[in-house]
Amino acid sequence: MSVFCRNARLIDPEAATETIGNLLIEKGKIAAVGDIAEPSGARVFECDGKCLAPGIVDIGVKICEPGERHKESFRSAGLAAAAGGVTTMVTRPDTLPAIDTPEVLEFVTRRAREASPVRIKPMAALTKGRDGHEMVEIGFLLDAGAVAFTDGDSVTVDTRVLSRAMTYARGLGALIIAHPQDPGLSRGAAVTSGKFASLKGLPAVSPMAERMALDRDIALVEMTGVRYHADQITTARALPALERAKRNGNDVTAGVSIHHLTLNELDVGDYRTFFKVKPPLRSEEDRKALVEAVASGLIDVVCSMHTPQDEESKRLPFEEAASGAVGLETLLPAAMRLYHAEAIGLPALWRALSLNPARRLGLESGRLTQGAPADLVLFDPDAPFILDRFKLRSKSGNTPFDGARMQGRVLATFVGGEQVYRRR
Amino acid sequence: MSFRHKNLLGIEPLHPEEIRTILDLSDRYVDLNRGTQKHSDVLSGLTQINMFFENSTRTQASFELAGKRLGADVMNMAMQASSIKKGETLIDTALTLNAMHPDLLVVRHPHSGAVNLLAEKVNCAVLNAGDGRHEHPTQALLDALTIRRAKGRIHRLTIAICGDIAHSRVARSNILLLGKMENRVRVIGPPTLMPAGMADFGVEIFDDMAEGLRDADVVMMLRLQRERMDGGFIPSQREYYHRFGLDAQKLAHARDDAIVMHPGPMNRGVEIDGTIADDINRSVIQEQVEMGVAVRMAAMDLLARNLRAVPEGVMV
Repeated sequence: MSVFCRNARLIDPEAATETIGNLLIEKGKIAAVGDIAEPSGARVFECDGKCLAPGIVDIGVKICEPGERHKESFRSAGLAAAAGGVTTMVTRPDTLPAIDTPEVLEFVTRRAREASPVRIKPMAALTKGRDGHEMVEIGFLLDAGAVAFTDGDSVTVDTRVLSRAMTYARGLGALIIAHPQDPGLSRGAAVTSGKFASLKGLPAVSPMAERMALDRDIALVEMTGVRYHADQITTARALPALERAKRNGNDVTAGVSIHHLTLNELDVGDYRTFFKVKPPLRSEEDRKALVEAVASGLIDVVCSMHTPQDEESKRLPFEEAASGAVGLETLLPAAMRLYHAEAIGLPALWRALSLNPARRLGLESGRLTQGAPADLVLFDPDAPFILDRFKLRSKSGNTPFDGARMQGRVLATFVGGEQVYRRR
Repeated sequence: MSFRHKNLLGIEPLHPEEIRTILDLSDRYVDLNRGTQKHSDVLSGLTQINMFFENSTRTQASFELAGKRLGADVMNMAMQASSIKKGETLIDTALTLNAMHPDLLVVRHPHSGAVNLLAEKVNCAVLNAGDGRHEHPTQALLDALTIRRAKGRIHRLTIAICGDIAHSRVARSNILLLGKMENRVRVIGPPTLMPAGMADFGVEIFDDMAEGLRDADVVMMLRLQRERMDGGFIPSQREYYHRFGLDAQKLAHARDDAIVMHPGPMNRGVEIDGTIADDINRSVIQEQVEMGVAVRMAAMDLLARNLRAVPEGVMV
């Protein structure tokens, strides 16, 4: 059955345009888009002039299956994603146990198929047990559906191990995703060093730890020729290194979490652990530089870095509390802060939310063009609301935006032409 | 002046007038403590629990004595040895104690911000007796009282704080307090023991004792933890003593009437020369201990007034 989405503000990240028009969905794909007439027999979906954009492709979602299902399951994450306009979750392998064999990966794909209303593309660990000693079966895992290889926030210290894994991955065309953070400098750190950290007496890491690790990784990329993505670049100091690596023709991309684009270190305030993320929140100067880097395209991808944590692991003194924040449902409304601040336009924002991540992983989605999968989000960029963490669909409510005034709401989400969410 | 705070978690939220209020009341308690009838009943009927998640002899004794002299029922709990070992979380411990209806809770914890977290969960007044590297407000207040009594004022003085600034909650609380009272604050120490962003605190930074101590009115030494001497932060104990230990030669750069302070316990021959620590014309280290009891009495008295909603203007 076909669906005719009428009178939408079409956000096309590929053409970098926003136009008023219609969109026709047929057989799960976008059949036509733009100034098209209503065909007979199609169900009409009235968009009321609201924004229709490709669904978000979120790289780095932690779903706590296997191991910590009380924090998040495929079902709860899937519902949260649908309500947040995320149509593809690219899941992290830092589960218990780590997703480092084809057998565990198959469990993930089976659970995902059974339980999630949105698409799931799993990542696999780069080394066995994510402990940085032996590479995983990259070939088998690719065959089993892994879209990228990453040890998450566990940095591979041994450069020989990493260079071999990169060389092997290059041979298979696999994408490696790393967390650039010097393990020595960042050991035990809870915040970014500076006046705030010193005032609060918290163990801190210099922003330089990120640049050092990125420089190291880029050198290894030059050496091995692997396809490389930095999961989060969060400091101004690391940006010139990223720019240089791209200019020199390396296959390097980078992401940033929405939290680092919309919050800064001072938001931690009186030891609020929901603001403890990894890497820690940075200075306002860093935040501004990152927003500019997303707008210019130097940073390719914006993600939620969705990391569910239960109350117990957050209700602790700041140093002891777990890191991470949920973000599937708040990614889009938080990203609207950048739009309303006139820092980034909607097409450029969707380039980072949908188009670039899809391209990087070789997915067909992320585009608003004929023939692309009908993974779509309809949203009202202006609708105001106050976020209540107890109303989130995620099993864990550890969001730094609890009680925050937000502007921008998802109205409907389509995956493969099927409506998976509709705001009532 | 009334004291508007429910808790004493740090110097940061205090107004200069409030600091003066505490110091003025402390002066009265110094007189009480020096008399023969060292007893008042302003806390009579109230329960004070001292919860120390970190070893302490002096601070705990000082708080205990302060509570007892004011007539409170005082209980000490050594938390390293108790439920924490059994896996109970800080918040559960707090709730358990809260159910016993204490009126004053004195807490020391090895993690910054832990006392703030605990204070959110209990109904009674909470006094921070030191949390991680964050704050140690009663220490800064007792230092201020000592300085004020020795120098006749607690403003427009040049005060040098020397040693391990990075790991010291005493340094943080003192920098905040002395800054609020409009003093010229200098910090002296090796760069490895100097926290990042220190210049933004409105202090002058030195890594040379002679320069940093020049014309100082007050020299405040900090304790160097033994675990920091192993080559991680400084090369060796003897090099540290050579460069940053306070001896007569270095002290000569300060004003002739400069006083020497130390929060204790001292490492003689590491951060301070024994003869200076014992020099009754320079060292006020014993006075600091005395002021400590008075300041803690004043702080608990003020917080307890809020608990019992004593109308404004009523003094001891």
